[in-house]
Amino acid sequence: MEEKNDVPDDTVQEPVLKHRIQVADGPDSEAENFDSLPSKLVVKDLCFFYGKHQVLFDNNIEIKENRVTAIIGPSGCGKSTHIRVYNRIYELYREQRATGEIIMDGSNLLSRSVDIMELRKNVGMIFQKPTPFPMTIYDNVAYGLRLHYRMSRSDLNDRVEKALHGAALWDEVKDNLNKSGLALSGGQQQRLCIARAIATEPDVILMDEPASALDPVATSKIEELIGILRKDYTICLVTHNMQQAARVSDYTAFFYEGHIIEFSLTRQLFTKPAKKQTEDYITGRFG
Amino acid sequence: MDKSAVKARTNKVDLFFRGLTLLCAIAVILVMLAIGFELFRNSTLSMKEFGLRFLSDQSWNPVTSEFGALSSIYGTIVSTIIAMLIAAPMGIIIALFLTELSHPTLAKVVGGAIELLAAIPSIIFGMWGLFVLVPIMQTKVEPWLQAKLGFLPFFKGIPMGVDMLTAGIILALMILPFITAFTRDVLNMVPPVLKEAGYGAGATMWEVLKHISIPYGIRGIVGAMFIGLGRAIGETMAVTFVIGNSHKISASLFSSGNSIASTIALEFGEALNDPLFKSVLIELGLILFLITFIFQVIAQLWILQLKKHERS
Repeated sequence: MEEKNDVPDDTVQEPVLKHRIQVADGPDSEAENFDSLPSKLVVKDLCFFYGKHQVLFDNNIEIKENRVTAIIGPSGCGKSTHIRVYNRIYELYREQRATGEIIMDGSNLLSRSVDIMELRKNVGMIFQKPTPFPMTIYDNVAYGLRLHYRMSRSDLNDRVEKALHGAALWDEVKDNLNKSGLALSGGQQQRLCIARAIATEPDVILMDEPASALDPVATSKIEELIGILRKDYTICLVTHNMQQAARVSDYTAFFYEGHIIEFSLTRQLFTKPAKKQTEDYITGRFG
Repeated sequence: MDKSAVKARTNKVDLFFRGLTLLCAIAVILVMLAIGFELFRNSTLSMKEFGLRFLSDQSWNPVTSEFGALSSIYGTIVSTIIAMLIAAPMGIIIALFLTELSHPTLAKVVGGAIELLAAIPSIIFGMWGLFVLVPIMQTKVEPWLQAKLGFLPFFKGIPMGVDMLTAGIILALMILPFITAFTRDVLNMVPPVLKEAGYGAGATMWEVLKHISIPYGIRGIVGAMFIGLGRAIGETMAVTFVIGNSHKISASLFSSGNSIASTIALEFGEALNDPLFKSVLIELGLILFLITFIFQVIAQLWILQLKKHERS
């Protein structure tokens, strides 16, 4: 699925490198102490099956706290499937099954005893297409809060406003909070979904190609927002747009056919990939 | 290439086809108008004789030529209300089960069975109602209702089985497949990613249904209700069998009554030689025609309103 904001493959490498040079002195200064950074999620030997068909093979990865981890790879490599395990949304479908462990705050979130509602409150998700609920803008943002908390009206108002500020949407909608969420533009809808996700103040936000259905302007707004959100949240970003990964992420994992081929600092992965497959992919030789 | 190989094509076929489709579309409207007009023309005799009093009068005596439509209108409305009270929640619940809860294989089997229910001719429902349901109502259900809820005016009198309540239940069974099938289709159209977003926010299945699936499909669900309602109002054969066909109005659901459709079906034979009686029955038909028409208009307006609301 090629989007407008995707640069044709043969020109990929150069702009990627430029971008890395521009942001290199940002979050990467602590580059060397990967091990000393706290991990929010530790994924151990994650395998995933659609019926009998295995699509993820022994994925091991650490998602660092308050960092943006990008997951890249060709279509069908299992990158979306991988993050759909983090909030166990795959369980809606009978034939899907995961094995392995994902440790969050000391316990395995794949274990039977986990309160799944609580888990999904702590691990928010943004989808490829904006998913505003058929209700007002206000109710959309208040949705998770009302599910999980008993709140006074004024507390709720505060949290909704805060979330909309957080998603950089407040100024555009503050006079129309009672309008339907469906009436917003695509980019606004996606930011509304981000506001809805951050309203409950989750620890982790999963983003499954959040900008792939948006135009370039809306895309850059989302990317800007990710840069701001990383201060407060741990973000996992699945993207098929390598430049996007390079622009906004601290760490990048390259997936291929269900395996994690390479996982390292984003700058390192895009400039000095350790594996031949990674290099082939980021230089546009396949994928 | 050889010029003779070029096909001589004109758009004559297109023009013909366009004309044909237009003709068919217009024919439908013409038939509607013609039916309405004929009903009106043939009921003028009755209208002149009784005027508006026809609508508020419950007397019915072919011998003395005294006629009023009130008991028929009352019976139609009450039996339809009973049917909707039973079939609407049941249809929605079954549809929810089929789309959200049941195993896909079971959903296919149960869904198929419910659709088959719609294929049963109404005369069979009528016979089954009279021979099977009426005795059960008379000996089991209605005495039980009377024992438990007998203090309500609806459950007073002697349970005969041939009454409004039974008619309503038969009607409910007959419209259930329509409500179920339409509601199911509507729920199936809710985008999976929207439901995932609901679950992703930490909602339970019930909350996703209540806050997302049902509001998303509400227009379709209301549409399904109106389709069921429209069928219940006009249903004739099954109701004629079990409603008792008496021209009186009683608050008790255990008393027999009649509906517009059942009265027309039952009494037309006698009316053929009596112009006034015939005209009375045709006016009843006109009333039924108008009631269903008004319901359709209300349904369309309601849907339009919801659409507007969605946009703003």
